[in-house]
Amino acid sequence: MSATSSTIVNLPDQSSATLPKRNYLNNEHGLMSWLLTGDHKRIAILYLISITFFFFIGGFFAGMIRLELLTPQPDLMASDTYNKMFSLHGIIMIFLFLVPSVPATLGNFLIPIMLGARDLAFPKINLLSWYLYLIGGTLTLAALVLGGVDTGWTFTTPLSTHYLNTHVVTAATAIFIAGFSSIFTGLNFIVTVHRMRAPGMTWFRMPLFVWSHYAASVLMVLGTPVLAITLVLVALERTIGIGVFDPSKGGDPLLFQHLFWFYSHPAVYIMILPGFGVISEVISTFSRKRVFGYTAVAFSSVAIAVFGFFVWAHHMFIMGVSNYSALVFSLLTMLVAVPSAIKIFNWSFTLQKGSITFETPMLYAFGFIGLFTIGGMTGVFLGGLGMDIHLTETYFIVAHFHFVMVGGMLMAFLAGVHFWWPKMTGRMYPESLSKLAAVTTFIGFNLTFLPQFILGYLGMPRRYHAYPPEFQVLNVLSTAGATVLGVGYLMPLIYLGWSLKYGAIAGNNPWQATGLEWQIQSPPLTENFIEIPIVDHEAYDYEWLANKTVNEVTTVG
Amino acid sequence: MDNTAAVAHPREAVGLEEHTEHTFLPQHRHHFETEAQQREAGTFGMWLFLLTEIMFFGGLFFAYLLYRNWYYPAFAVASNQLSVPLGGANTVILITSGFCMALGVWAAEVRNKGFLVIMLILTTFFGLCFLGVKYVEYHEKWEKHHIPGPSFDISEFVNPAAHGITNEKPLPVDAAERTQVFFSLYFAMTGMHAVHMIIGICLLFWLTHRAYRGDFTTGYVAPIENFGLYWHFVDIVWLFLFPLLYLINRHPLH
Amino acid sequence: MHISPVLWQFLVKWLNASALFPREASTIAPYTDALYFFLLAITIVGVTLVGGLVIGFSVRYRKERNPVATHIEGSTLLEATWTIIPLALFLIVFVWGALLYFRIYTPPVNSMNVYIIGKQWMWKAEHPGGQHEINALHVPIGRPVQLTMISQDVFHSFSIPDYRVKREVIPGRYSTVWFEATDPGTYHLFCTQYCGTLHAGMIGQITALSPEDYEKWTRESVSGMSLAQNGERLFNSLGCNACHNGQAAARGPNLAGVYGSRVQQADGSQVLVNDAYLRDTILNPSQHVVAGYAPIMPTYQGQVSEDGLIDLVEYIKNLQTNYRNEQTLTTSQSNQAATAAPGTVKP
Repeated sequence: MSATSSTIVNLPDQSSATLPKRNYLNNEHGLMSWLLTGDHKRIAILYLISITFFFFIGGFFAGMIRLELLTPQPDLMASDTYNKMFSLHGIIMIFLFLVPSVPATLGNFLIPIMLGARDLAFPKINLLSWYLYLIGGTLTLAALVLGGVDTGWTFTTPLSTHYLNTHVVTAATAIFIAGFSSIFTGLNFIVTVHRMRAPGMTWFRMPLFVWSHYAASVLMVLGTPVLAITLVLVALERTIGIGVFDPSKGGDPLLFQHLFWFYSHPAVYIMILPGFGVISEVISTFSRKRVFGYTAVAFSSVAIAVFGFFVWAHHMFIMGVSNYSALVFSLLTMLVAVPSAIKIFNWSFTLQKGSITFETPMLYAFGFIGLFTIGGMTGVFLGGLGMDIHLTETYFIVAHFHFVMVGGMLMAFLAGVHFWWPKMTGRMYPESLSKLAAVTTFIGFNLTFLPQFILGYLGMPRRYHAYPPEFQVLNVLSTAGATVLGVGYLMPLIYLGWSLKYGAIAGNNPWQATGLEWQIQSPPLTENFIEIPIVDHEAYDYEWLANKTVNEVTTVG
Repeated sequence: MDNTAAVAHPREAVGLEEHTEHTFLPQHRHHFETEAQQREAGTFGMWLFLLTEIMFFGGLFFAYLLYRNWYYPAFAVASNQLSVPLGGANTVILITSGFCMALGVWAAEVRNKGFLVIMLILTTFFGLCFLGVKYVEYHEKWEKHHIPGPSFDISEFVNPAAHGITNEKPLPVDAAERTQVFFSLYFAMTGMHAVHMIIGICLLFWLTHRAYRGDFTTGYVAPIENFGLYWHFVDIVWLFLFPLLYLINRHPLH
Repeated sequence: MHISPVLWQFLVKWLNASALFPREASTIAPYTDALYFFLLAITIVGVTLVGGLVIGFSVRYRKERNPVATHIEGSTLLEATWTIIPLALFLIVFVWGALLYFRIYTPPVNSMNVYIIGKQWMWKAEHPGGQHEINALHVPIGRPVQLTMISQDVFHSFSIPDYRVKREVIPGRYSTVWFEATDPGTYHLFCTQYCGTLHAGMIGQITALSPEDYEKWTRESVSGMSLAQNGERLFNSLGCNACHNGQAAARGPNLAGVYGSRVQQADGSQVLVNDAYLRDTILNPSQHVVAGYAPIMPTYQGQVSEDGLIDLVEYIKNLQTNYRNEQTLTTSQSNQAATAAPGTVKP
């Protein structure tokens, strides 16, 4: 133990905590020191600011959609406006919020520290990826300002290539560029995990957060380029009229569907896997216990990444894929559901015989487990071939992916932001307010999206501007829920902002967590570690932490 | 493996002050423990990037295989429109360019600045030659209205005799229209390849400039090596494109 | 106590329209609902189980009651349990879902056929008897109805929630769906695939009628000729009968009775003649050359609308003899002094 404690920076205990004099935030000053930084932590902060911005723009569109659906009549806005609203809601939320949400912010901030490295392998490429993201975001805003785009986020051909007069090419370019941002992030993570681990940090000593990011990065690196080339072909088809997807020239629009979903299905795992990582960390920390079945959880992430590439055609069951390929893809879909089930149960059993406390991140994580279980199970509904016929393209599928993406991923994101907020800023968020926000979000979320399952089974199609009056009651419920949900999302924005200046000083390890990131000062130094640590313990080894603390006290005393 | 390497590396006792200096003058290497680690990371990253590129072109190759299977006669006839001598010349040019690049990497490794600069210039020159030949080929397609779009013209496939083509049987109109799919893919694939060439040539100008300044002949060869990988990858893509587009559907010229 | 009228109205609405499940109005619906209830049941059990575990452990092992955590590495037995049980359940769903899928997408042989054309933003239904409907479809109950659908422009999707059937309507190829209505009444028809500005307006009404009412409706709604009659006119005016006339020297294959048979192709394969094949041979004849015939048929791409194609398909489907064809030919030949007999291409 003595070897370990000497390699890790010793800092005073929490009650007497003061903000460290020198950290990555105050190391350099001025706007340029941020815009030209190579520091993964600063880039993470840049990402955090930009994705929050886009989240609230996307959220504004969601609000407008729900407001329009308050009444069955198309009365708030014109059809085209409504179509642009949900298209931009989808494009912004998926490509500019969910895909980079956890990896580019928390992942960027934490992966090098968790591995005991000073930075990601390619700091400049990391910065480049933020600029690419920004260019993508700006182009999306340009498409929005110039008049919007109404393809839906799926860019279905031939609608997107031949039948719309909106800014499809601008939006496609935006996504193309934002895609390269996520490719570079993924590439950076993979290389960092392979080449930058500290001495003693073996693969099976890595925190599960790193495992799930590794799996997500593989998907980013292999999946995103296929989307890129698909969008290039769509843009070429619109501009010069090549005929790869155009049925009138002999092309096949179903080929577009195959190529698009070849990325876009793995993309949902790109979005959710990092969330899994956050949940593993949070659950373990607040039950003060190693994650139940570490290896199973780690490998289930990898299994999801592998199977995730072979299920894309389940988005096309009613589109006339051959019956036999439908069978194969349905079977594989069932198989990909299993690793997620394993994770859920492993997390639940992590609690067993723990010593559980209920800080805000833990509440969000509980919310995640509940909502993701529902989201995952309804995914099995949709993976079942015959069931999919009735449910697909209705509000059922809308509710399903919002349960997974918003109920799952956004909960995980907020859990992670709260959990690592002390590490990122050096200050605590206000605990009772944030608990209120977590509960509000959970209630608002269920109120918004549970009625949509019923609506979907009743047959209300998605992307409808107006609907038959008998669906109104459930839509009103959903809109009411969305209001609550909106409040739930605005609260963290306010109190986290407040805590930047007035929050209690956090100290190094306010949660007494085991990760390497908690053994250094908060906020960390620019170079993370004064000396690279030598890792001689497993992840989530609370005994090691306890021993270390004891040693520290003796050293200090 | 890399763990042990990192452990074996003697840790220098770096004082706090020195580190402050490092962060004020950020050299992008300072976060690596060792030179070897940085080099390995760079190469590994480059290979991963090439994997990404394979997936990028993979989408196009998949589309090509699908349509070739569906519209075989149209693909066969349309592929006869491409000039094997020009394509073959381009293949030779590109391989020569790749060979120069390989020599350039070697020159950087043996720290021979003059030879490196010459090789980079030659690589650029052959790359430009390739694009020039490509331009000639594209121009011919433009003249013949074989660029997909509203002005695409199938008369040459429907009635080859009228265009002075004697070794080709006329295609029925519906099959002839499928040649547009071939040319769509031809332009998409070679166009994407050409875009990669252009990006490569831009990088080459920059690398030549830096090589001339002597940046790469003091033992720091990673940019040259990694660019070499990229350039060879672009060559290899062409080595797939050339047979797929120019050769395999070609029927014997009688 | 005063209740605001708006709230009151809302409550009344809620009570009147608080359906959790759509009506079961087709023979398929009960099968779909059975799987749905099974899935709902395992979802509820699953969520309760996970919720119970989380809440139970949270109560039992909260810090106040259990200040020191006990370390557990994992348990292969437990993990195997929660791998195998979900896997088994999911496989049941897979098999069940697959059986349902085949049931929904395999039309019975005796089903009556209606053609559907989707275009931005309306549904056109064409009954073989010559009844044309827009955004509406009348069907009899107790009889399987097969829809042969195609889109003129973008992807649409034909969905009748109360029948639990849905299928994508795709440009350039026929897709089919079938159902058998069980209860007379009117049902929603939705386009569920986003198709542009008025996507939400691409809705219609399915009217299921008792057989007698349906007979009555059929009689009263005939507008113009039947599809097959239209098809015959088109067949003659496009000159199809010049080659496809069943005569010994004809340059095209005989079409009488060809529907539903297997045809030997020039490339050696055998192809079943169905709606999709007929449509495609008209548009892309060079890809479907029948063995023994020269590939001389021109394409009719751009010359025949989707409606026209449906007429032609329906005509060929119902063509049992070439008698009328020969009649037409002789009339036109005697009218315009027959040209020289075409060179025999048939071996």
